[in-house]
Amino acid sequence: MAEPAVQVRGLTKTFGEIQAVRGIDLDVATGEMFGFLGPNGAGKTTTIKILCTLAEASAGSASVAGYDVARHTSAVRSRIGLVFQEPTLDTYLTAEQNLRFHGEMYGVPRERMRRRMDEVLEKVGLTDRRRDLVRKYSGGMRRRLEIARGLLHTPTVLFLDEPTIGLDPQTRAAIWDYIRALRATEEVTVFLTTHYMEEAEYCDRIAIIDNGEIVAVDTPEALKAAIGADRVQIATSDDAAAVAQLSERLEVEAAMHDGMVTFSVPGGASFVPRLFQALSVEIDTVTVTRPSLDDVFMAYTGRTIRDAEQGNAPHPLQLLAAGRR
Amino acid sequence: MTTTTRDPSTAAHRHRTVGGPAHELRAISMVWQREMIRFRHDPARVFAMLLQPLLFLFVMGTGLASIVDTGGEIDFRTFLFPGVLAISVLFSAAFAGISLVWDREFGFLREMLVAPVSKFAIIVGKCLGGATAATAQSLVVLALAGMVGVPYHPVLMLKLLALLFVAAFMLTAIGVLLSARIRQIQAAMPTSQLTILPMMFLSGALFPLANLPDWLAILTKLNPLTYVVQPMRAVVFDYLNVSAGALEALDPAITWFGWQLPIGVQILVALGFASAILAAGIAIFDRSD
Repeated sequence: MAEPAVQVRGLTKTFGEIQAVRGIDLDVATGEMFGFLGPNGAGKTTTIKILCTLAEASAGSASVAGYDVARHTSAVRSRIGLVFQEPTLDTYLTAEQNLRFHGEMYGVPRERMRRRMDEVLEKVGLTDRRRDLVRKYSGGMRRRLEIARGLLHTPTVLFLDEPTIGLDPQTRAAIWDYIRALRATEEVTVFLTTHYMEEAEYCDRIAIIDNGEIVAVDTPEALKAAIGADRVQIATSDDAAAVAQLSERLEVEAAMHDGMVTFSVPGGASFVPRLFQALSVEIDTVTVTRPSLDDVFMAYTGRTIRDAEQGNAPHPLQLLAAGRR
Repeated sequence: MTTTTRDPSTAAHRHRTVGGPAHELRAISMVWQREMIRFRHDPARVFAMLLQPLLFLFVMGTGLASIVDTGGEIDFRTFLFPGVLAISVLFSAAFAGISLVWDREFGFLREMLVAPVSKFAIIVGKCLGGATAATAQSLVVLALAGMVGVPYHPVLMLKLLALLFVAAFMLTAIGVLLSARIRQIQAAMPTSQLTILPMMFLSGALFPLANLPDWLAILTKLNPLTYVVQPMRAVVFDYLNVSAGALEALDPAITWFGWQLPIGVQILVALGFASAILAAGIAIFDRSD
């Protein structure tokens, strides 16, 4: 295997008192689709900003496409494509004009520009809308155009920071179809962040990040297999009593998540009859789910991703404000 | 890892020419072109911006003509014309520069700042674009020269356009400088007005810089715009029959400690101011915006 597309060693970023990234290590192989999964405020965007040369690390080092992000900013910039959470299109220009602007800024050879524009527009299904002003585009179309633009200069690594944030489920699914189709035709490493578990499933490997630290890195399958347990959620007439009885009588540690008594056991389906025998409280509903990435997240961090976002992790706006200083 | 089918044509073009002067030039030209595209799409703005100079020239100029003594040789509106021409580029040029605040708000600034080009290329492109658009707009005012007794001599017209471009470039650079620090759209307009109005009044665009009290004379000499407006008036008067006395009263030379600055030097001072403002804008513009 050639040199890794992204290599990170001991990367740390502090904003005053807040430690946003606490010494992370990462290797992303060339051609890989790598997902960075974690709640808002976990340090995903900060890490991406450092990798894209938009922020400086407080300590540690990182290289992208073989170039150090702190020393060779221009070399790194010309080899990466970026799609940010916030839109960065000029809506008073047409799709084509936005693409041409990008191509000129990134030094795409003139003789190649036209064909490359045709290619990327085709990839995201915007060929017949290419001469429309972007302000007439829907949210999903804009995001597709940004992805096309990120690919225009044939980058080595494409960074997608929450590529589907703020889009409705149907549009999100469509965007993912385009992202996955890319891999068949583009020689590009994709590095994306998300806090949607189901999106992380599409990645070759994912890193779970929480409170600025990477708690696990592996393929989604391996991460789920490592959990080995099913998740059981029950609704009862007395949740507190249920938690206590589960602990006393079945030696199962349960906790309240999303308003339900939640616990993990191997072979969840065969556990259910024992549940009814052992508990004296009334059980209204039982749900048994095969391990998901959400369970993986919970296994490593002790909370669901939704708990984490409601908890006291630093709010991303605070980090943003601190970063502006 | 999964294997993927590569598109050979993409791999063949991995080697780009990024970072050289040719690439920087392409970037400057592209940023300039974007200003042109947006200028063409917004004709309403062009006309709104022209209303103000026309009010100065025909309403204020005509109203004051009866009480202002220009010595009888020259109509007050003829005197005003070069100043009003300069005013016609001030606001649109400054707004073109300050539009970076909008670019930041709507995200496009980031698209520019993450590109593998220098801040210099982005800001120079922006200033050239704003200056070109503002100068093009002032053509409408220039076309009215005949109505106030200024001859349509081609050389005069070209000289005026060149000076207008210098003024517009300077003002766009001022707008860029302001936008580096202004974060809020609501603050952009009032701040630029607050900057432009004193420059306009202290440049001699609306009254001759003769026999001024010392404090006012000093302020006019510190004003970068003075060094464009005065040459503009001088080139216009070159094409009119003006007696030495009237010239002394209406278009006194700029002096530094008793030394009369030749027009060439005045223009050099203006270019020096413009370059300094541009350099300051590039220096304080934050790459991670």
